[in-house]
Amino acid sequence: MQTYNLEADGLRGLNTALQAQNENVTEESWEVNNPKGSHAVAVGLNAPIKVTVNGSTGYYCAGMNQQAHVHVKGSVGPGVAENMMSGVVEVEGDASQYAGATGHGGLLNIKGNASSRCGISMKGIDIVVHGNIGHMCAFMGQSGNLVVLGDAGDALGDSCYEARFFVRGSVKSLGADCIEKEMRPEHIEILKDLLERAGADAKPEEFKRYGSARQLYNFDVDNAQAY
Amino acid sequence: MDNNNIPRTVPIQSATFSNPTNAEIRRAAATGIYDIRGGGAKRRVPHFDDLLFLGASVSRYPLEGYREKCETKVTLGTRFAKKPIELDIPITIAGMSFGALSGPAKEALGRGASAAGTSTTTGDGGMTPEERGHSTKLVYQYLPSRYGMNPNDLRKADAIEVVVGQGAKPGGGGMLLGQKISDRVAEMRTLPKGIDQRSACRHPDWTGPDDLEIKILELREITDWQVPIYVKVGGTRPYYDTALAVKAGADVVVLDGMQGGTAATQDVFIEHVGLPTLACIRPAVQALQDLGVHREVQLVVSGGIRTGADVAKALALGADAVSIGTAAMIALGDNDPRWEDEYQKLGTTTGAYDDWHEGLDPAGITTQDPDLASRLDPVEAGRRLRNYLKVMTLEAQTIARACGHNHLHNLEPEDLCALTMEAAAMARVPLAGTEWYPGKAGF
Repeated sequence: MQTYNLEADGLRGLNTALQAQNENVTEESWEVNNPKGSHAVAVGLNAPIKVTVNGSTGYYCAGMNQQAHVHVKGSVGPGVAENMMSGVVEVEGDASQYAGATGHGGLLNIKGNASSRCGISMKGIDIVVHGNIGHMCAFMGQSGNLVVLGDAGDALGDSCYEARFFVRGSVKSLGADCIEKEMRPEHIEILKDLLERAGADAKPEEFKRYGSARQLYNFDVDNAQAY
Repeated sequence: MDNNNIPRTVPIQSATFSNPTNAEIRRAAATGIYDIRGGGAKRRVPHFDDLLFLGASVSRYPLEGYREKCETKVTLGTRFAKKPIELDIPITIAGMSFGALSGPAKEALGRGASAAGTSTTTGDGGMTPEERGHSTKLVYQYLPSRYGMNPNDLRKADAIEVVVGQGAKPGGGGMLLGQKISDRVAEMRTLPKGIDQRSACRHPDWTGPDDLEIKILELREITDWQVPIYVKVGGTRPYYDTALAVKAGADVVVLDGMQGGTAATQDVFIEHVGLPTLACIRPAVQALQDLGVHREVQLVVSGGIRTGADVAKALALGADAVSIGTAAMIALGDNDPRWEDEYQKLGTTTGAYDDWHEGLDPAGITTQDPDLASRLDPVEAGRRLRNYLKVMTLEAQTIARACGHNHLHNLEPEDLCALTMEAAAMARVPLAGTEWYPGKAGF
């Protein structure tokens, strides 16, 4: 276990040390103390290492993560795990806006609530939110799964493409071209796997599935009011 | 009186309801859809043509054309990057996507730029191996859609360009119509084949300048502070946008005027939103000077650059480099008269073809059709681009020497005069034959 004091030793040193593992893993387990809301903590990682952050972070924690498991024992600011490619990012607290934005892969596991635009433009990432999510989540979501154990805010899945949304609670409103869809056996399997991996205490059968009606895929002037 | 002998009024076309205007009204009425096209503003706006160089005389002496050196090198990204980009010429290739352009066209841009000692730029849709392989210096665009964005490519880039907007459609997103979404384009963008791909108008994970500063920090942390970070904006409020980009930590500001092209957007957007390139430069330079970072944060200007004279004029007004897109495509073979018969079949003509979004380009540049794309030989097209870049550079050097300068960057506003009041006001150089320009006090 390598311990790093972010407040004392600075962000550049932390990311340099962690990114050095991208070439050659010399230490698999890292602990970061005193993050105190710092931005860009543990970004650009590309190695099978475990990074535990003891406290809350600012913007873009674990941005563009590949392979690594980043565990934040606190809350995170905007854009946690943005454009993540693979690996796991786990947040014990709440997440601010744009959690998992444009993510291509991996699992973002938020134990608290996520704010607006969670999963915006998601491109393959799996996101599990144990609490509620805010408005405009998964806007233009292209691929991947967004699982919400609580409630969803306004305009869920607005202008989405092929991303899937599973919500256990209520949905305040659906966005343009987003509809409720049949939960088929293959979706139950996907959801079961995600809930297990996220350590979520919920049954797949309790959820409803939402996704694209595919009516806005090609421009049609008769749909102009939807744009 | 014989009614047949009464003099008749000559038919007069309305300047307001011109034939092109009426044709557009009829087209809109028939289809219910606004006109989408490629390219930049076609309307006449004050431009570099409205400026002239004064040349040397008794008060200044020129440099010998073929004997005395006139340097052209430029370094971009000297503010924070460990590895700034060093270019042999101050003319770069603007961002154009694989998707909008064919694979061979992107390869040709890389070949031509590399042979001329300059950089080329990716576009919406990500970086292709061909493009990286044929580009000595490649700028990676970081766009709102993040199509194809991944950290592996980010680390392969020689610079990163955070695209906030572009001159053809400042404030607008993009649309790549389904007919250009081949299997490969669809895979790179993680979207189904054949659908219309919308590109967002703003970034998904930041909004204002304070956020941008943090985003730039993240990009630098991921790339070990090695490569320059550019911020590209469409020309609308150049003073404030430049100042805010500097405040956010940009190494380079790329400023694109309304003549700058796009692969596809609404004609009404292209023609009615944004500033002419000429009107953008002085306010941006003023912002850099006010902040004490002119030349430390480099300014790259684009939008309607066609000749070495345009290059020289942009540099004289304070830019560090220029960028070309439309002109580079023409050098490759876009809108070439050799395809006139096919342009006619598409209902257009050489020089006017701009339905790039339809993917039917006879020149094989703005298409994903394999047969059409194969018409472009990337080696030969790259050679044409290289030649063109060399000619532009020679032209700019010719003018700079005539003005007595041993480096293109020594060109200055005092070398210029304006032919029109509008150009004088925008470029803040005197109207020809006077010492005055609009807005200048004390005359």
